[in-house]
Amino acid sequence: MDNFLFLIASFILATIAGGLIIILQRPAEVDRLMAAQLLGTGGVAILLILAIATKASPIADVALMLALFAAFATVAFVRDAPDPQNTARQ
Amino acid sequence: MSSWFFADAGLVLLVLAIGASTIFARKAFDAAIAFVVYGLLLAIAWVRLSAIDVALTEAAIGGGMTGTLLLGAVARLRSAEPDNIRLGLPVRLATGFCCALVAAGLAGTLLLLPEAIPTLAPAAMENLVHTGLGNPVAGVLFAYRALDTLLEKVVLLLALLGVWSLAPNNAWNGIPGLRLYERPNSTLTFLAQILPPVGIVVGIYMCWVGANAPGGAFQGGTILAAMWLLVIIARLENAPSTGQLWLRIGLVLGPAVFLAAGLAGLVSANGFLAYPPGYAKPFIVTIEFALTISIAVVLAMLAAGPSKQVQQE
Amino acid sequence: MKRMEFALDLFTVFTLSAGALFFLAGTVGLIRFPDPLTRLHALTKVDNVGLGLVVVGLIPQADGWGAAFKLVVVWLLVQLSGAIVTQLIAGAIREWGPSA
Repeated sequence: MDNFLFLIASFILATIAGGLIIILQRPAEVDRLMAAQLLGTGGVAILLILAIATKASPIADVALMLALFAAFATVAFVRDAPDPQNTARQ
Repeated sequence: MSSWFFADAGLVLLVLAIGASTIFARKAFDAAIAFVVYGLLLAIAWVRLSAIDVALTEAAIGGGMTGTLLLGAVARLRSAEPDNIRLGLPVRLATGFCCALVAAGLAGTLLLLPEAIPTLAPAAMENLVHTGLGNPVAGVLFAYRALDTLLEKVVLLLALLGVWSLAPNNAWNGIPGLRLYERPNSTLTFLAQILPPVGIVVGIYMCWVGANAPGGAFQGGTILAAMWLLVIIARLENAPSTGQLWLRIGLVLGPAVFLAAGLAGLVSANGFLAYPPGYAKPFIVTIEFALTISIAVVLAMLAAGPSKQVQQE
Repeated sequence: MKRMEFALDLFTVFTLSAGALFFLAGTVGLIRFPDPLTRLHALTKVDNVGLGLVVVGLIPQADGWGAAFKLVVVWLLVQLSGAIVTQLIAGAIREWGPSA
C-alpha cells in the first residue's frame, strides 16, 4: 500500500510538473496565476498522500496551510490587475 | 525510503526549473508569480526533509504573505515612472563573479561535510522531557535558545518601525496605504466572510498544537495576519491607523510578555529566561499565545505598509 | 477482518488511480484548451474532482477519525478557495480581456 501511495504521489507530481513548466511559459498573466492554483490543488493532494503514507499527521497540517493560502495570490492579482482608471488611486 | 528517490529527484529538478524561470522572467509580475510557486514547492521539499515546522512557515509566508507583498509591489511599480538605468557590463560581470563565489562557497561547504556530522540533536531530544514539551523545535525556540527567539521578535518590531518611517511627516500615525479592492466585489466579500473564521480557528489550533507537534506561534500568527489582511482588502473592515493604542499594545504584547517571563526567571530560577522546574510548559504556552497576537499584528502591519493618509479623528 | 482490510485497500487503489487520472486530464486540459476561460474549467473542476477522489480514497487508510476529519476539512477548504479563485479570475478576464 505504501509503495502504491508513493506511485500515485509521484504520478501527480509529474503531472503538476509538466503543467507548471508549460503554463509558466505562457505570456498572459492569468495563465501564470492558474499555475499557482494548479500547484495549490496538486500540492495538497501530494501532501495528503504523503501524510497517510508516512503516517505523519502534521503533514496534513501543511496541506491545511496550503489550502488556506491558495487564494491569496489571486486576491492580490485581482486587486492589482491593470485598470486604467485606477492606476493613480494609491 | 529509497523508493522515494525518483520523486525527490523530480521535485528537486522542478524547484530548480521554477527558480530559473523566476530569474529569467521578463516582467516583474511573472517573476513574482513564479516565486510564489517556488515557495509552495519548497514547502513540499521541506516536508520531504522532515522539517514540518519549516514547511508550515514556508507555506504560510511563501504562499500567502510573499504573494501579497510582491504582487502589491509589482502593481505600484506598474504605475510608477520607469527609470531607464542600464547597468554597464563591468558591474554585471562583477555581480556575477560575486554570486558565483557565494555559490562556490556554499557548494564547497556542503560537499566537504564530515562523515559524522556534528549534531546536538540527541542531546536536545534527551533534555526535552524536562521542558514538558513534545515538539523539539519548540524546545529549541523557547528553552534552549530562548534569547534568540526574544531578540528575533524585537527585530520584527524594528523592521516595522523601518517601514513606518517611510511615511511622509504629515501622515505619521495615519492609515496605512494598503491597496484595497477598488469596487465592491461580491465574490471577494464572500471569501472574506467565510475564510477568516476558519482561518482564526486554524491559527489558534496551530499555536496551541505547537507545544507537542509541528506548529507554533509564528505559523499561527501568520495565518491570523493573512486573514486580517483579507478582510481589509475586501473592504469589510478599515485598515487601522497606526497610532491607535490597541494596535501598539498588540505589537509589544508578545515581546513584553517574553521579557517579563525572562525577568521572572531571574527571580524564580536563577537565570534570565530560565524557567522554574515543572513550570516550563505553562510559561512557554503563555509566551507563545502572546507572541501569536504580536506576530499577527506585526506581519499584517508590515504588509500594509507605511501610512499614507492622515488619521481621521 | 482481513477481508474488510483487503476490500478497503482495493477501494483505495481504485479511487486513488481515478483521482490521479483526473489530475492528468485536468492538466492536459489546462495545457491544451484554447482560451483562458475554458482552461479555468479544466483547472478548477477537474482537479478538484481529482482531489476529492484522492481524499475519499485516503479516508480508509487514515488512522482514526481525527485524521480522516482533517482530510475532509482540507478538501472542503480547497473546494472553497478553488471556487472563489475561479470566479475572481473569470471576473478579471471579463473586465480586462483574455491577456490580462
